[in-house]
Amino acid sequence: MTVSAKQTSGAASAAAPDTQVLDVSRLCVSVRAQGVLKPLVSDVSFQLRKGQTLALAGESGSGKSLTSLAIMGLLPPPAVQVTGGAIRLGDQDLTQINEATMRDIRGNRIAMIFQEPMTSLNPVLTIGTQLVEAIRAHDPVSRNEARSRALEALRAVRINQPEQRMMQYPHELSGGMRQRVMIAMALALEPEILIADEPTTALDVTVQREVLDLLRDLQAEHGTAILLITHDMGVVAEMADQVIVMKDGSVVEENDTKSLFAAPTHPYTQALLSAVPRMGDGVKPAKDAATDSVLRLDNLEVRFDIHGGLLGRVTHRVHAVEGVSLEINRGETFALVGESGCGKSTIARAIVGLAPYTGRIELKGQYLEGADAQERMSRCRNVQMVFQDPMAALDPRMRVGDLIAEPLVIHGIGTPAERATQIADLLHRVGLPAEAAQRYPHEFSGGQRQRICIARALSLKPDLIIADESVSALDVSVQAQVLDLLQSLKRELGIAYLFISHDMAVVENVADRVGVMYLGQIVEMGTGAQVFGNPQHPYTQRLIQAVPVPDPLHVRMSDVRLTGEVPSPVYPVGKSPRRVKLVNHGEGHLVSRSKPEVVE
Amino acid sequence: MVAYLLRRIVQSVLILLGVSFITFLLLYVLPADPVRQIAGRSATAQTVQNIREQLGLDQPFFVQYWRYLSGLVQGDMGRSYLQKTEVSTLIAARLPATLLLMGAGILCELAIGLSMGVVAALRRGQTSDQALMIASFVAVSAPQFVVSLLLLYVFAVQLGWFPIGGYGTASHVVLPALALGIMGSGWYSRMMRSSMIDVLRQDFIRTAHAKGLTRSRIILRHALPNAILPVIAMIGIDIGIFMGGLVVVESVFGWPGIGQLAWQAIQRVDIPIIMGVTLVTACAIVIGNLLADIIAPLIDPRIKLR
Repeated sequence: MTVSAKQTSGAASAAAPDTQVLDVSRLCVSVRAQGVLKPLVSDVSFQLRKGQTLALAGESGSGKSLTSLAIMGLLPPPAVQVTGGAIRLGDQDLTQINEATMRDIRGNRIAMIFQEPMTSLNPVLTIGTQLVEAIRAHDPVSRNEARSRALEALRAVRINQPEQRMMQYPHELSGGMRQRVMIAMALALEPEILIADEPTTALDVTVQREVLDLLRDLQAEHGTAILLITHDMGVVAEMADQVIVMKDGSVVEENDTKSLFAAPTHPYTQALLSAVPRMGDGVKPAKDAATDSVLRLDNLEVRFDIHGGLLGRVTHRVHAVEGVSLEINRGETFALVGESGCGKSTIARAIVGLAPYTGRIELKGQYLEGADAQERMSRCRNVQMVFQDPMAALDPRMRVGDLIAEPLVIHGIGTPAERATQIADLLHRVGLPAEAAQRYPHEFSGGQRQRICIARALSLKPDLIIADESVSALDVSVQAQVLDLLQSLKRELGIAYLFISHDMAVVENVADRVGVMYLGQIVEMGTGAQVFGNPQHPYTQRLIQAVPVPDPLHVRMSDVRLTGEVPSPVYPVGKSPRRVKLVNHGEGHLVSRSKPEVVE
Repeated sequence: MVAYLLRRIVQSVLILLGVSFITFLLLYVLPADPVRQIAGRSATAQTVQNIREQLGLDQPFFVQYWRYLSGLVQGDMGRSYLQKTEVSTLIAARLPATLLLMGAGILCELAIGLSMGVVAALRRGQTSDQALMIASFVAVSAPQFVVSLLLLYVFAVQLGWFPIGGYGTASHVVLPALALGIMGSGWYSRMMRSSMIDVLRQDFIRTAHAKGLTRSRIILRHALPNAILPVIAMIGIDIGIFMGGLVVVESVFGWPGIGQLAWQAIQRVDIPIIMGVTLVTACAIVIGNLLADIIAPLIDPRIKLR
């Protein structure tokens, strides 16, 4: 592809209509089940112009991914197929051409990047091999020529030391790097269209920012048309020129991004936008200082040994949690935020006894250390967990009632009759009908399953619920409902939450107090208003800056590009990271003056 | 890598020690009396007693075991009771034939099994998939002596394509190798099928499609190396099962290998030979597993030898 019309500023400038590259008209996709065709996508039409970014937004099951797979000709055969409409690329109708012609188009004229960079690259082939084969699949160049073009592509996506990366395997690169490799692979042949299916959903927020910036820059350079598929309205607002909102396989609204966010017309779009958690919404006054402590961590440390050498001695240690102290009071939501690998989930595991630790954990004024097994078990009743994936957290072969009753059975509480009334009570409390007890988990939706998990956690009347990314896997509208449920339980029962999340906007909306974790240590801690309203530590500022804002008119404060990766928390035996010292910045707002670094 | 190998070798020695102890113990408690076999039915009580003392079989178990072990450390596997020859000589003479048959058998097993598995996975749910899976079921269930006799009858007796038995030329190897490999090919085809189906569902296969690669390249370069990993681990374990098959197949085809030697020795309670063959077999299994473990990281860079 040659860049004929010079684009001045890629995404922002709308190209002339004659540069239309893709025309999807009245596309229908159906699945054949037991001989009956069931429509999954119906009557979807849109055009994509050169240099334009079109977002297909919607929640799970809206058909946005199927639409993109239909364009690529990659619908899962043989059950799912295009049953109507046309997809025109130039003068070809992609629904009519044969597989060999389609293969020439894939990767060459339409490229695609996917949600999961961790699994989207072949683990047993080097980065170089995978890049080179993508180039040579469409361009009959020599291996050396392809190699130098691959290097060029890696440089274009700002990967340092590209020669070495070429020889590495995917597992040796971080998630952000892998997604860049995917982008390099997709753009190496300068396709006219790039389909990005949730390109940043699996990435940390700072990495997400880097990848989004990169996509925008490359688009401005090459004039690539981007079809962006996402559920994240923040990403939509930052990236898209035009938005199509989909629901249940149909388009509910289409508009340019600014108008859509300013004045959504369809009720579904309105509901979707209002459910999106926004930064700056939830700054609420700090609660009256209740000093009724539920959980106190004192100098908590979790390290995992790495064995090596001839005798398998410990050579390195992962310093997952490094001297964390915090306190959670009754009826309070304490949020731990940070990027993957910062140790926030490890803290949760240590509290419930799933990870070995040193330091002290105090539950309602009683230490866990030194207690015998039975004593620990009864104290652990006060802490329950709700996990990220409600499908995996519920045994598919047990009835919902039995699932909820299981903690009671384990702790030997109540007679079967008493338990039955309690189950009905709990189901009612989380907004599910009592009949749900007789059914199995797969009969419920994701949000309902998370409610079941919450009911199970409530069954032992805990003082503290640890919510480890409990709403991250849910669609925004469902997420909002589950968050509401958690809030009302807090008000009614005085439960405290340890809320672990990577989603800054959600945290700001629910947390009374916040701790920001970096490399196993808390670098900033204070009330939500303090941390989000007046972030002091550079890492906190960076995290908050990186969050995509669901407002197309939002102007990013600085265009300082984030670079660099979080260093590894693995140290040789005998070395450990420097402990940061938290200094009171006023009214209990604790900030460290340095970053945790290795000390020789 | 060196540290890993050293550790594995130490482990292997311990395994062989364990195998030798258990086998020796089993042969000791066995009601069959080797001396009766040597002396014959008409021998007097005195002769029997003499032979027993001569072979040291009147000693307590631990003394006998200790003697055997100290001989073994010096490279002495003992003498056959009946053939009056060094066990090591007997085994060394027959080992090449067995290794040849085993190699050919594994080749058959993998060639048939893996290709059946891959084809079935690619045709998943179609008639050819079902036919292949029925075939693999039959292969797994058919006893080896039945398969051997069937092959002999059809290809040697009726068609005359291959010799009925014996050892020497390439055509002698074909039928016994097939007889050995067919059962395993049934296992491998099922394993390969499910492994391949699993891999074909992975995201990176979708990426390969999205790059516009040809179907054959996707299957051979992307899917196969990933799908074959669990199979490699299986081959290491499989050698043990293979040895069982060798005893049967070598006897049917008159193949002069250690399987036949073992069969004769078991019938006559020739303890030194049974011990020798068992230990050689255990060695083969240990080496097979070690090889499988060393090959795996060559295919999958994520596997680290520790």
